[in-house]
Amino acid sequence: MASVQISLPLPVLPEGWSAEKDFKAIGQLSQATDRNIEPVGPHFLAHARRKRHKRTFSEDDRIQAQTNVKKVEDDDDLGEISDDEDPLLLQREAKDWKSQDHYAVLGLSKHRYNASEDLIKKAHRKKVLKHHPDKKAAIGAAEDDQFFKCIQKATEVLLDPVRRRQFDSVDEAAEVEPPSKKETQKGNFYKMWGKVFEAEGRFSNNKPVPKLGNEKSTKEEVENFYNFWYNFDSWRTFEYLDEDVPDDNENRDQKRHVERKNQNARRKKKTEDTARLRKLVDDCLALDERIKKFRQEEHAQKNKRRLEKEAEQKRLAEEAAKAKEEEAKRKAEQEAAEKAAKADSKKAKEAAKNAAKKNKRVVRGAVKDANYFHSAGDAPAAQIDSALNDVDTIIAKIDNEELAALTAKLNGKKDAGEIKQIFQDEVKRLVDAGKTKEGELKSLSA
Amino acid sequence: MSEENSPAQRVAIGISFGNSYSSIGFTSAEGKAEVIANEEGDRQIPSILSYVDGEEFQGTQAKAQLVRNAKNTVAYFRDFLGQEFKSIDPTPCHQSAHPVQHESTIAFKIKDGADETENTVTVSEITTRHLRRLKNSASDYLGKDVNAAVITVPTNFGDTQKEALTKAAKEAGIEVLQFINEPVAAVLAYDARPEAKLSDKIVVVADLGGIRSDVAVIASRGGIYTILATAHDYDVAGTQLDKVLMDHFAKEFMKKHKTGGDPRENDRSLAKLKLESEAVKKALSIGASANFSVESLANGIDYTATINRSRYELLASKHFQAFTRLVTHAVEKAELDPLDISEIILAGGSAHTPRIASSLQSAFPETTTVLAPSTSPTALNPSELAVRGAAIQASLVQEFDVEDIVQSTHPMVTVTPHLSHAVGVLCISDSEESGVFQSIVDAETPLPVRRTAIISTPREGGDVLIKLTEGARHIKVTKPEPKPKAEKTKSDSDDEDSDEDSEEEEEIREKTWKVGKVLAEAALKELKKGAKVEVQINIDANLNVNCIFREVGGKGGVRGLLAGGKGQNGSA
Repeated sequence: MASVQISLPLPVLPEGWSAEKDFKAIGQLSQATDRNIEPVGPHFLAHARRKRHKRTFSEDDRIQAQTNVKKVEDDDDLGEISDDEDPLLLQREAKDWKSQDHYAVLGLSKHRYNASEDLIKKAHRKKVLKHHPDKKAAIGAAEDDQFFKCIQKATEVLLDPVRRRQFDSVDEAAEVEPPSKKETQKGNFYKMWGKVFEAEGRFSNNKPVPKLGNEKSTKEEVENFYNFWYNFDSWRTFEYLDEDVPDDNENRDQKRHVERKNQNARRKKKTEDTARLRKLVDDCLALDERIKKFRQEEHAQKNKRRLEKEAEQKRLAEEAAKAKEEEAKRKAEQEAAEKAAKADSKKAKEAAKNAAKKNKRVVRGAVKDANYFHSAGDAPAAQIDSALNDVDTIIAKIDNEELAALTAKLNGKKDAGEIKQIFQDEVKRLVDAGKTKEGELKSLSA
Repeated sequence: MSEENSPAQRVAIGISFGNSYSSIGFTSAEGKAEVIANEEGDRQIPSILSYVDGEEFQGTQAKAQLVRNAKNTVAYFRDFLGQEFKSIDPTPCHQSAHPVQHESTIAFKIKDGADETENTVTVSEITTRHLRRLKNSASDYLGKDVNAAVITVPTNFGDTQKEALTKAAKEAGIEVLQFINEPVAAVLAYDARPEAKLSDKIVVVADLGGIRSDVAVIASRGGIYTILATAHDYDVAGTQLDKVLMDHFAKEFMKKHKTGGDPRENDRSLAKLKLESEAVKKALSIGASANFSVESLANGIDYTATINRSRYELLASKHFQAFTRLVTHAVEKAELDPLDISEIILAGGSAHTPRIASSLQSAFPETTTVLAPSTSPTALNPSELAVRGAAIQASLVQEFDVEDIVQSTHPMVTVTPHLSHAVGVLCISDSEESGVFQSIVDAETPLPVRRTAIISTPREGGDVLIKLTEGARHIKVTKPEPKPKAEKTKSDSDDEDSDEDSEEEEEIREKTWKVGKVLAEAALKELKKGAKVEVQINIDANLNVNCIFREVGGKGGVRGLLAGGKGQNGSA
């Protein structure tokens, strides 16, 4: 914020004004009002920063300035490169470079295969500054450039990606021994084996390398992990351990022999390494609690399914039995009912028979009452015969109910005309129903 | 929020989500806020979704569907979000899908699938779809998948509404980094311009939207903003201006075509009338006259007419006045005088209207700058202010963890004591006794604050007295009869007069300072000839005042501390 410019002049100091250190405090600010400021804009962010970290304006200015500067200076930070040097290491001879630990020489023991190219360069520079032979000469020490040469060699190897890989392949210090069974039983299975696989993962051609995970990993993750390791695609080579090939042109056979030997040795080592890794994964798999857990879960799942199936079957069987029982019961009931019905019907039949007999008697009696349909006087025998025959025919033609109805009509009727009329009606009905023919029952036809 | 993005992989944009229009913006690598045009080339994207045979249309295309497919077109839904059915005003949706109550929220019954079944789509689902479209437009433009945003909301947007909006945005794959208030975003958009100078000022942001207007009075103190008062009005808005034109053209139409009937009585005619009226209104903001032309407005009759700007201004003068009243009302609510207002920022679509800007300018003194396209050639596009502010804020907070943002916007941080009176020094005036108050730190400045002032000294140098006092702003009203007095102050911020909009006798209104409590005195001795004095005042949150007085370029100087001690009377 730019400063306020006030163009009006300040008053002259009155005579006799004096105060300690030329400053006199008189009043006090009036109470402030609390308001919400809007959390927006760069100046608010600065305000929030000051308030949250309880900084004053000048402190904040300084800290902000420092952080801004830091971003530029970041490159010079060499804290990651170790300064400690083993006295034994310092006495190394450059000609034994094959057996030297290049990372240790550059002070990168902590980083090893993780060290970036940039870091290696920086480490190299740092070490060179310290161990340059000229410097040693300057402080009067014996001119010994052996370690300096080691440094140069180490840098040379590590800055060449191919040679660095060759060295990394046989870098024993980077290897992590798989824990024994006993060690992992103390509950640090994931921690210990995790480190092993992390170290082994450096050889993988495929990135990213899945992590071992922990007891909460899903089945899919675990399966993915083991699949990855069983199909591990490694770039590990063993060229670094090759025997030196004599490079004189004189003995070509010898040279070829050594080369062949080296080839074979490499192949053998590679096979051994693959077998070693396989065993490693086998061991880990055997100890992995998660696999057991998953198997148990699967088993439980299967069992559950089986139990469910069995229960279902049982239920079905029970239902079938029940149905059968019910069927039998129903049948028995039906039979009993049928029996009862049969008995009933027999009785009823007899009763009906009796009733029919009675009815027939009544009907025949009625014919008699009607004087055998003879108009007056005693009916001749032929008339009686035909009348009785006709009535019998009617009785034979009609069933019990109709007979009963007929009887009911005839009951109490003494008048010969009426009776005849009833009979004639009956005959007519029969004719209409087609049970008899007109004229068959002569005595009753009108 | 489980799928929080780490700050590194965040691509944040600013979204202004309005009832009528939405905009998206981002901040370019050079730190310039830019508004993104969608696939159709629109920077103002109508907040409208329309469904035709299962296909979704948004923006201008959806707006065109209001005529033919009104029932399956959802518009003006922003204010429904997170509200209950009983508390919403469904009037704006009269010509689109109507809101219905659905469980505890609001929904629309629309045919949004390919089949003919009517689905109930909640307002939050609609919002999600709308935001997803906006996000996709931004992602297409930037070539990166946008996954975070700063969204602007009105000042009266409640917590439940914000929550609902956060949820809807999350569904659309947008992590809401922060909600910022629309008026503040507008101020930020102006302050973030490279040519802008940081100063202490009071700004009125007048946001004239489509269906509502919001006015906020904001104190801007060294780039920190405090809202002093707000006013909302749902009756003074862009649609009202459309209505004026609609009525005008409908009447003209009926006069000309007796058989045509009233186009306002037929839904489709009404929709056509409305769309064209809006277009005419926009044209009138730019040109002096505009052409209204609708094919088959009613009963198959085509209609064409022209209207000029003065006619329109006459017709809508009632609304323009209402808007000016709304702004002055907000200023009164903040207990300020029009003289206190240094800037009026016009935002929102209707702010393009020249008449609104000019009537505001005449209602306020000349010292008040009205920032609108018609009054100031450097003004930003009023429709884009909110989104620009949001985009700037998005670029500022995008690198922070969500946790950090939440903590920084916590009331612990945002609630701040504000000075109730200005603090300044007494300078010489014509009368040597009293002195004239010169403000260094204005009232309503959030604490803690640090300000520096450079003050002249008597020409001959020597010893000076610096009197630190409080001051109260006072509006001096002078009747013009006795000739206006010689101006007491010469400072550029103080000699101002305003003409009232009334026809009455003109009064002269001045902003003067009344000297309040004296806080401290200090002496600087043996100054050089023509030297200047630098005064630095540091006031912390407990009202402790730490001041340094020294000669510019000189050594030493005088330091003093005033203990604030809330409520105590003693002084150090």
